[in-house]
Amino acid sequence: MTDYKSVSKPVRKKDAMALVTGKPVYCDDLAPKDCLVIKLLRSPYAHALIEDINTSAAEKVSGIEAIYTYKDVPNNRFTTAGQTYPEASPYDRLILEKRLRYVGDPVAIVAGESEKAAEKALKLIKVKYKVLEPLLDFRKAKDNSIIVHPEDNWKALCPVGADNKRNLCAHEVSENGDLEKAFSECDAIVEETYHTKANQQAMMETFRAYASKDVYNRLTIVSATQITFHVRRIVATALGIPKADVRVIKPRIGGGFGAKQTAVMEVYPAFVTYKTGKNSKLVFTREETQTASSPRHEMEVKVRIGATKDGIIKALDMYSISNTGAYGEHGPTTAGLTGHKALALYSRAEAYRFVYDVVYTNIMAAGAYRGYGAPQGIFAVESAVDELAHKLNMDPAKIREINITKEGDIMPAYYNEPANSCALDRCLEKVKDMIDWDSKYPARDMGNGKIRSVGMALALQGSCISNLDVGSVALKVNDDGFYSLMIGASDMGTGCDTILAQMAADCMCCDVDNIVVQGVDTDSSPYDSGSYASSTTYITGMAVVKTCASLTEKIKKYGALLMGCDEKDVDFNGKEVYRISADEKISLKDIANSSMCNNSNALYASEGHASPVSPPPFMAGAVEIEVDKETGKVDIIDYKAAVDCGTVINPNLARVQTEGGIAQGIGMALYEDISYNEKGVCRSNSFMQYRIPTRQDVGRTEVDFEPSYEPTGPFGAKSIGEIVINTPPPAIANAVYNATGVRIRELPITPEKIYKGMKDED
Amino acid sequence: MEIKLWINGKKITDNVEPDMPMLEFLRDKGCYSVKRGCETSGCGLCTVWLDGKPILSCTVPLMRANGRHITTLEGLQEEAAEFGAFLADEGAEQCGFCNPGFIMNVLAMARELDAPSEEDIKEYLSGNLCRCTGYMGQLRAVKKYIEHKKGARSDD
Repeated sequence: MTDYKSVSKPVRKKDAMALVTGKPVYCDDLAPKDCLVIKLLRSPYAHALIEDINTSAAEKVSGIEAIYTYKDVPNNRFTTAGQTYPEASPYDRLILEKRLRYVGDPVAIVAGESEKAAEKALKLIKVKYKVLEPLLDFRKAKDNSIIVHPEDNWKALCPVGADNKRNLCAHEVSENGDLEKAFSECDAIVEETYHTKANQQAMMETFRAYASKDVYNRLTIVSATQITFHVRRIVATALGIPKADVRVIKPRIGGGFGAKQTAVMEVYPAFVTYKTGKNSKLVFTREETQTASSPRHEMEVKVRIGATKDGIIKALDMYSISNTGAYGEHGPTTAGLTGHKALALYSRAEAYRFVYDVVYTNIMAAGAYRGYGAPQGIFAVESAVDELAHKLNMDPAKIREINITKEGDIMPAYYNEPANSCALDRCLEKVKDMIDWDSKYPARDMGNGKIRSVGMALALQGSCISNLDVGSVALKVNDDGFYSLMIGASDMGTGCDTILAQMAADCMCCDVDNIVVQGVDTDSSPYDSGSYASSTTYITGMAVVKTCASLTEKIKKYGALLMGCDEKDVDFNGKEVYRISADEKISLKDIANSSMCNNSNALYASEGHASPVSPPPFMAGAVEIEVDKETGKVDIIDYKAAVDCGTVINPNLARVQTEGGIAQGIGMALYEDISYNEKGVCRSNSFMQYRIPTRQDVGRTEVDFEPSYEPTGPFGAKSIGEIVINTPPPAIANAVYNATGVRIRELPITPEKIYKGMKDED
Repeated sequence: MEIKLWINGKKITDNVEPDMPMLEFLRDKGCYSVKRGCETSGCGLCTVWLDGKPILSCTVPLMRANGRHITTLEGLQEEAAEFGAFLADEGAEQCGFCNPGFIMNVLAMARELDAPSEEDIKEYLSGNLCRCTGYMGQLRAVKKYIEHKKGARSDD
């Protein structure tokens, strides 16, 4: 491996010391003190029409600036999903609407001088609702007589198989090979249904944004977002104003995990400031963030999988129903990953089929959450593969060794892409060693009422959205030769600003401290689709490589001009431009300073990048758990992970990504469940009702890397951000089976479910 | 109501509403390190010290602090940077939003517990949620910091 100076080194994050000393760098720390405080009146009903709304008493509250209802907003439907043109999510929202589609749907916007005034006014708004029967069971949603979006101006911009009159947000069929023939040649077939629940991203910083008007009377929005550029388009579309009138800035943000890939609330402060001309801000409470946001899509996934008696998997069949809730954000696109990722783990099968329906219901809209549909499919497929192994009396590790995708394979379920870089076989071998699989599988009785067991699962994800995502950066030379790297990708705490600077440092042969980074401002940053789809390292990283090459040429050319020689006769070593044929050189410092006097050649470059492929990172995860035979309680003892993310750009940050993703996956597996009562009221409305794992719930995690080299990635890198959440649910379900013989096919895997399973066996 | 208290050693006299939560007052006074992650004492982000003991400022009325001393991360900058460097060298500060409350509790633990075990550490800090790191990098940083402090003490 090439020895880089910054790449593959555990470089400290550039913003680290500001964060650990508590500097005011987040949205609400920066908001002007005179902001109007915004509060939203929300629907108490899952499905209703506003018959009458009276705000006159509320408007009389001292300090109230404005109250807006559906009568005051434009009739432009839009989506809040942060996605690249042409947007795949349907245009199914208005800022406020007469029809209310879930408990929490906004009814009115109140803006006041203080939180107290706004809250007092909320209570005085009089609303007469016509309560309608809600559609709450997603299995019954398709072609139900209750229609969530009956409106005529509902619009799907892409052909995703949507039909609002059937409650269908998307539908697709994809297949390869002769499925029934392949199944007919199988000796063992498993056919089961798996159910994954909606989960909250639960980033520590709730949704928030503030808006102001600038000196040119343009709307400026400072938002905790992953999709800075998309927010500009979404706000302009919703307000019906030119995009040129909107500027969006991303400060430091307190976590996203996909939640902030939806513009959950930016339109409200944008609208208030647009109407009043005054500064305004909206900070969601945790309750709002839990009940009116953008969680993971609940899915029911049916899997049929068959193999010969030797364990060769010949056929895979998947049907999933995805619950997008009241609005279709990320509905059409998450559904695809469920099969296209999970089924691609076993690309050597002769045939596959994958069918999905995405349906509307009267609960909170779903959105993007790390993994984006893949965790649901991987839970189903990796559980089913274990079930198949047990049916064949095979070691679950063995059936995987025989069947997994290997380097060079074509992956039919993954858009026929080739696995040009794939160390999944090495990941599997390594994780077996790490957990000591051969001596611990399947389980041992500890003699104290507890059983210890192991379980494993594999995963893949993408490294971008192929043929769609755009990354670009700009790099310029400043006084004395320091560089500014202007980044359009939204660092959400993961460290992409630093990772991109590491790459730039190696490309420009300088120290990473010589690269100054500047985060996202739609007026000055080069365009980037945003930080999602695991794409920043892979796509924007490649834009850095190209930009650096371009700037290097400009530095060489200008150096040659200053030395009065041919540009073909010079090279650049990071410190100086020197002549190849003569002993003459000029330092970068002199070049930089000269460039600021009597110079017509800007030492500035900006390049973009998109990719026709999305090379998957791969990983293997293995868990050792302890199950209490009396209560069904599961404790995580050890979680081991071996990851192939291509070249590891920053081992510290990649490790923490993995450890963090595994902890979220453990939460999804064991604890987290957004649930509703029979009227559609969300029960999981706080961190008391919706517990995410604490440091006492995750056991020990150990991560190792098994890198491949991705030829299309910067420095051979692929992605890391999302894949890491995928293995815990199936690995833990498989371990629970190995401990107890109880197969849990519905998340989360609670002690009650295990206990009942053990009782049924007795 | 009139209140007199000390924030990071500075005496402050003010007139406040009786239901003013401590967190909001502190942010009004420029202590922006104090963060709100929930409203139900469930995340640990708003941790500050009242007379040197960690409390959750989101659910404590300010009037409880009348005549008392509040410490926030703004008042512990040197120590924050000292421990924070260990956190940064693990890449475990991540988004940073939970860091101030977490660090307030780490520094309180370092004062309160002598040579805490891994279990002690996990228990002491169990009320501090973090969604980015999965806690492992935080644990490595805390252990290294405690070792470093022990080394510094034995050098004395």
